[in-house]
Amino acid sequence: MSAPATTRRPARQLLPRLVRLAERATTPLLPADYLDLFAPLRPGADLRGRIVEVQPETADAATIVIRPGADWAGHVPGQYVRIGIDVDGVRQWRAYSLTHGPRADGLISVTVKAVPDGLVSTHLVRDARPGTLVHLEQAAGEFVLPEAGTKLLFVTAGSGITPVIGMLRNLFPVTDTGVVRLPRSAELDITVVHVAPSEPDSIFAANLRELDEAGLIRLVARYDDRHGVLDVDDLEGLVPDLAERTTLACGPSGLLDALAAHHDRRGLTLQTEQFRVATLTGGEGGSVTFRSSGTTVEADGATPILDAAEAAGVLMPSGCRMGICYGCVLPMREGVVRDLRTGELTTAVEGDGVKIQTCISAAAGACHLDH
Amino acid sequence: MTVLQKKTDNPIAHLTPEDIEQIGVELDAIRQTVVDDRGAGDAAYIRKVIDVQRKLELGSRAVLLVSVFPPAWVLGTAGLAVAKIIENMEIGHNVMHGQWDWMRDPKIHSTTWEWDNASPSEQWKHSHNELHHTYTNVIGKDNDLGYGIMRVDEDQRWVPFYLAQPLWNFINACFFEYGIAAYDLELGKNLRSEKRRRSPEFKARTKVTLRKIRQQMTKDYVVHPLLSGPSALTTLGANFTANLVRNLWTHSVIMCGHFPEGVQTFERRSINGETRGEWYVRQMLGSANISGSKAMHFMTGNLSHQVEHHLFPDLPSNRYAEIAPQVRAIFDKYDLPYVTGSLPRQVASAWRKVVRLSLPNDFGAKAQATVLSLGRGSRADEGSAAA
Repeated sequence: MSAPATTRRPARQLLPRLVRLAERATTPLLPADYLDLFAPLRPGADLRGRIVEVQPETADAATIVIRPGADWAGHVPGQYVRIGIDVDGVRQWRAYSLTHGPRADGLISVTVKAVPDGLVSTHLVRDARPGTLVHLEQAAGEFVLPEAGTKLLFVTAGSGITPVIGMLRNLFPVTDTGVVRLPRSAELDITVVHVAPSEPDSIFAANLRELDEAGLIRLVARYDDRHGVLDVDDLEGLVPDLAERTTLACGPSGLLDALAAHHDRRGLTLQTEQFRVATLTGGEGGSVTFRSSGTTVEADGATPILDAAEAAGVLMPSGCRMGICYGCVLPMREGVVRDLRTGELTTAVEGDGVKIQTCISAAAGACHLDH
Repeated sequence: MTVLQKKTDNPIAHLTPEDIEQIGVELDAIRQTVVDDRGAGDAAYIRKVIDVQRKLELGSRAVLLVSVFPPAWVLGTAGLAVAKIIENMEIGHNVMHGQWDWMRDPKIHSTTWEWDNASPSEQWKHSHNELHHTYTNVIGKDNDLGYGIMRVDEDQRWVPFYLAQPLWNFINACFFEYGIAAYDLELGKNLRSEKRRRSPEFKARTKVTLRKIRQQMTKDYVVHPLLSGPSALTTLGANFTANLVRNLWTHSVIMCGHFPEGVQTFERRSINGETRGEWYVRQMLGSANISGSKAMHFMTGNLSHQVEHHLFPDLPSNRYAEIAPQVRAIFDKYDLPYVTGSLPRQVASAWRKVVRLSLPNDFGAKAQATVLSLGRGSRADEGSAAA
């Protein structure tokens, strides 16, 4: 009776013991630091992925196909993923919609349009190479297909098409021999209103046309250069059964705000997703919020954040106060700072955690620091 | 002028305050060119160094599993010693300086890095980055001047304790990592008074250091020997030897940074109200380089470019070699002494100073006078004998 207990016990304790032994053998590093040299995508590693293919979509857009690490938890069409990639040696994090639904081969992909001055998007479209290791977070986002209702309207503008393409590809997989008709999608009645400045710029336009020609969706393409800029009040003309549909919209805030007002007046359901665009610009000074203490300090554009915070009574880590010792470094979750020595701006968008030297950085906008 | 020199031949007597500020402007410009240019190539460099170092360490430790065979012992010990030197010098020291913080890689960042050394990184960063690099060679503020146990400048008061400093220096060299740990804890100062000994802050820091030392020792002297089975004792010996070699090497390199002849020290009051230009000039005069091959520079963690490192402690170490000629041109332009020499020469110079200053300042002169008077006496005797 006691035999099973005694045999089970060592087995249960063996693994944690081995882990502890490995940790003692590798201190001050962790066993993972050595395993990462050989198997960065293994189970238990920090979530990473490897670029396996870069497929050009249009002149300035490409789909990046990534093999995610073993711990990738999967995603629902319409969700996005935050990707950290080194551009000029500097780790940059951006959120991109996942283009495909879950694929049989386990790969994931994002479709990126190179925006002018877009550091990361330009790098991904023009310079990303297969084999590159990228850093990932698990998929997130609430912009997914509604569970109820079969009559849907997608309104997409520009690269706002990407989460929608993710959903459509999942519903109607396109293969070399044509579109696959899945039973789960048979009930759906989908209209897509896609807005773009002009046709060649419209990524996935071919894909949408293909689905339209196969009769699986109704595509209403609106190109600014041909049809003029879309007025949301024209929507009822373009989509006569608008009132019966659940609308999902993805695009810039101007369009989404107009749609929200439009739908609100008519009592219609609207689900939206706005891509966060870094609209932060470097101003002079700003409020600096310290998250753990909840303190907010008003700092001008010429005073180091360290000095401004200390003057307001915040206990700050500090060192040489001249930018050499890095004793004062804190993660900036969101905001813009200016290097007082060089004038260079450093920006962080929600979720980043860019580490800044507070002794030589002045606020150039509202900043949120982890401290 | 606040950078005061006690020397009779003040090396900056010929510079105007405008010159000094202009030196600062010119050095800032050099810094900016590197900051503007650093990028993917530099990132690839440090990642490659880390990758190679870790594989060398793994490989060496694997070879030491059979260290009972003498060739395996020699190969494994040599590999491990080299891996430990690279880890401390080109990687640890430089990462903890924030030289790679610009990459925003949380795994290669001054705030997260921990090194293979008895001193916990937090404490080392405070005493090294903050005190030593800010107050370089200021007597009474920069504890690196003799580490509190040695007299390395004529202006430090002599006491009989210093007679044994050549011995202290040798022992410190053999166990350098523990010397650094004790020094980062400010052990001497903190043990001296009852109040400091009992301060919760000192107690907490001591606990952290002892924990780090325990972990380090468990790794090298318990876990790896046990994993080696029949080779346990030889692996223990190999790990001890690798640590000893690393300690002797790093101690020698670090002695060369500020102790050789020709390096200037500064009075505490000389830095009151110091401008950025004056800070730069102090770093220029307070540091010494080591000349030699690329491999030597690499194994010193580029601390052989001590002058460039002290001027720009947060620039990536792989860039010091390329800016060295530009820095030297500024020394030449303003007629300042650029102290440099081969490793054996600089080590010998630093040791000579340690030995010379173990004696009182006027010892040499007095001894000389005694010898001379003895000589005169004997000549007189000869004379009288002849007479």
